[in-house]
This record gives sequence, structure tokens and C-alpha cells, in this order.
Amino acid sequence: MKTQLSRLVWPCVALLPVSAVWADDAPAPTAPVVVGFDKINSGDTAWMLTSTALVLLMTIPGLALFYGGMVRKKNVLATLMQSFVITCIVTLLWWLVGYSWAFTPGSSPYLVGGATRLLLNGMFYQHDAMMLTVSHLGLTIPESVYCMFQLTFAIITPALIAGSFADRMKFSSLLVFISVWFLVVYCPIAHWVWEPSGWLAIKGVLDFAGGTVVHINAGIAGLASCLVLGKRVGYPKESMPPHNLTLTLIGASLLWVGWFGFNAGSAVAADGRAGMAMAVTQIAAAAAALAWMFAEWIAKGKPSVLGIASGAVAGLVAITPASGFVGPTPAVVIGVVAGVICFFAATSLKTALGYDDSLDAFGVHCIGGIVGALLTGVFASKEISGSEGSVVTQLWGVGTTLIYGFTVSFIILKVIDMTMGLRVSEDEEREGLDISQHGERIE
Amino acid sequence: MKLITAILKPFKLDEVRTALSEAGVQGVTVSEVRGFGRQRGHTEIYRGAEYAVEFVPKTKIEVAVPDALVDLVIETIMKSGHTGKVGDGKIFVSELAQVVRIRTGERDADAI
Repeated sequence: MKTQLSRLVWPCVALLPVSAVWADDAPAPTAPVVVGFDKINSGDTAWMLTSTALVLLMTIPGLALFYGGMVRKKNVLATLMQSFVITCIVTLLWWLVGYSWAFTPGSSPYLVGGATRLLLNGMFYQHDAMMLTVSHLGLTIPESVYCMFQLTFAIITPALIAGSFADRMKFSSLLVFISVWFLVVYCPIAHWVWEPSGWLAIKGVLDFAGGTVVHINAGIAGLASCLVLGKRVGYPKESMPPHNLTLTLIGASLLWVGWFGFNAGSAVAADGRAGMAMAVTQIAAAAAALAWMFAEWIAKGKPSVLGIASGAVAGLVAITPASGFVGPTPAVVIGVVAGVICFFAATSLKTALGYDDSLDAFGVHCIGGIVGALLTGVFASKEISGSEGSVVTQLWGVGTTLIYGFTVSFIILKVIDMTMGLRVSEDEEREGLDISQHGERIE
Repeated sequence: MKLITAILKPFKLDEVRTALSEAGVQGVTVSEVRGFGRQRGHTEIYRGAEYAVEFVPKTKIEVAVPDALVDLVIETIMKSGHTGKVGDGKIFVSELAQVVRIRTGERDADAI
């Protein structure tokens, strides 16, 4: 039946805009290929459609609320707006070049991917021919689903940076910064780590769901942005308490739920590895939340709501690169270490060094990401993943992202600062971004 | 006639309101206010950053009463708003020159 079908299908394929068709006996493809409908696994596809929705939920409304609750009332709408507008911009950039640069093989392992999917040309679904394209990174699901799944990661990464520059970046400059940063930082790093022809992937760097590509990357760009911008007016003398921690807790909870799509979805299959990734995600988040809560209780005298929510996020960040490689007990260790270290990064380290990482994008995402990436090297289990971890190899991924990400982010921000200006005026900042940037406010 | 203004601990409001009704008071105006007295403020800690909250949230009630009721109302507020801890609040009594009921135009004692 299968051969008959392919004989029927072959003449039609000649009309299709892509030449590569994957036959059963061919070696595993290294670029997106055309396959027949029969290659698509409906279970995998159903789970990946679900995961895509879950990961989008992490940014809007999850991260928007998480950050929105932590800022002062005069900046709530601006903060929600940042997540929302980044979602829109990155989606169009992804269609334009992002997916092609990140997830197709390129001419050199050190550059971005190829141009075969610009404007998503070549990605198709042909009902009559019963053919469609799949990514070489997810052979059992339609390429459209893989592409959208990866888009949601590309969305949340720049949205995370907003935690460092909250309360003071000019909206127009934000649009420029995020667009350029996405093209020259996110796409190359995603390509290097995740696309098999990228140089960090060749080196054997393990990053199951984006500890390096998403979290270290966003966190270090956050540090660059709060250094270039400078401190908020009045920081640290004036009181800047979060205006509504209810929103923050709801946001953290949505992030937690969405993270199952992030980590278990990164198996790109509805299989046992996805199940294990989900289990370790839940366990590490709980361990880190409690670790932060107790650390704060001991160090500052009270177990706070903001503390336990931050701890959960720190644990989710740290388990991200490790999920899919580790078992439940290492997940507890990763969670506890991340909870305690991120607590000190967001409290003592920030105060000691004096930078104003407003909502701790660096302290939680970069530091948590590094903890997770290195502990993945320690705990990666061959039984679960077939890959053996190495801390030295992991250091390559961490170091490259820190150096490349920081340098390039710093340059982009400096150039914007010198040309169009990066920061709102002091009066606008005092009045609040809601009114000064958007002409709206909440009562 | 007197205007009695009392600053209370917010969680005492319901008790005070019930006690005042029982004492025969016909109406009370309530507002949420902030201020400081001997209680001073408290500190809040968010991700390690300590903020001194210098103005404590309080509830202010205003009651217009005929002279005959003044002592009873003061007594009632004192009893029902009392916890014995610093921060219980204060009662201010001031002269009330006129009272007018907007609907009917009644004045003074008739309008209270």
C-alpha cells in the first residue's frame, strides 16, 4: 500500500516547491524535508499543538502578569504592553527570517542558518498530493507545528529581558532594541545550540529546552540593558514596592503550568522522555520554591509570597536545560541549589554590585540558567537521553552565550542610546510609563 | 451639635459601626486614610529590598451628633475600637455650625 501510494504521489511532488523528499531507506535528513501524510504521528502532533499553546501562555499573559504585578502602579500597563508587543514583533520577524536563520542548516557552523525558509517559503501542506514538510528536528509532526512551537520560545526570550529594563525604557527604543537583538543575538545562538549543524551542537552542548538559548541569553542581555540604562530615578533610596503581588502570583502560576509545554514539549514527541521531562520540571520547581522561601525566612525573617513565586521560577529556569536528561532525584538537587543561589543573586549580589536589575531578569534567569546548564553536565543520564553530560562542554555553551550575548546586547543598546535615546526623560519616568508612553492609566 | 472624627484600626470598623448603631447613631461617613502617630510605620521586604512604610493605613469615621449624645458616642467608640495596643487611634471632637438635609432642606438637629 505504501509503495503504491508513493508511486501515485511522485508525479505531484515534481510540482511542489521543494526538491528534497525523504524516502524510507534514506539516512536521517539534515534539513527540512517533504514526507507523505503517513509519516505524521497524530499523538506527537496533538501534544506539540498543545505545547505550543502552553508556551505562548507563558508570555501572554503569564510573564506579563508576573512582571506587571511587580512594578509600581504607574508602570503596569507599559509592562503588560511590553510582553504583548514583543509577541507581535517576534512573530512577524520569525515569519520573515527568524525560523530560517535558527532552524535550517547554514553555510558555516559559526553563522546563522540558511535562507531556505525566508517568509516561511517552502514550508507547505498539500492536501491533494498528501505531502507536507517536516523539520529535520521533528520528523513526526508537521513543520508548521514545529515552527510555531519554536516561535513561542523566540517570543518569551526577549520578553524576559524586560524584567531588567522595566520602568524606564522608551517604548520606541524598545521596539528597535528587541527587533535587532532578536535577529543578531537570539537567532544565531538558537542556531548554534539547537540546529545540529551549529558549532555548539556539534561540540555536544546539552540544552534540552533552552536554559542557555532562552534563559542565560535573556538574563545577560538584561544585565547589559540595566547597565547601559542606569538605575531608575530614586533607586535605591525611594520605596518601590510591587503594586500587586496577586498578579505576580497568578503570573508565576501560569508560567509554571506553561512550562510543561516548554520542557515536556521539547521532546517533540508524546513519549516517555516528555513524561520524564514533565516530572522533573514539577519536582524542581517545587524544590526551588521551598528553598527560596526557607532561605528568605532564615535570612530576612519572613517567608514571602514574592519569594516563593520567584523561587518556583528559578527552579523552572534551572531544570529547563536538564529536563529530558535527568531523573527525579537530580531534579530535587537542581531545584534546591537554584532556589538558594538565585535568592542570593537577586538580593545580596544585586545590592553589593549596585546595578538596578528591576525585576531580577539577570538574578533569576541568567544565574538560574547557569546553575541548570552546569548541573546538566553533572547529572545527565545516559539511560534517559543517550547523551553523556560534561561540565566542560556545558561551560562552552554558557561562556559563549555570556560573552557573545553581553557584548552584542551592549553594543546595540549603546548605539540606540547615542542615536534615538534609550531612556525616557526624568519627568516622564516620574510620571510613569503608562501615561508618558501610552496615554493610559489604571485607577 | 458636634462632629466626632475618629481614626481607627481598619479591622475595628465593623465592631465600631455596630456599636454606634446600637447607641442610636443614624449615620456615619467612612474613609480610608493613611498617617502616622506613635505607632510609626513598619518595614516591608521585597526580594531583599527593605522599604520603610511610614504611613500606616487607618480608617477615619465621621459622625455628626446632637450635644446630648456626644459623651455616649465617644464612650462607644472608645470601647468598641479598643485593642490596648499602640495604634488604636484618636477621637477628635469639633463644633458643628450647621447641618442641612439636602432632600428636604431640614436643618440642624432635625437633619442629623
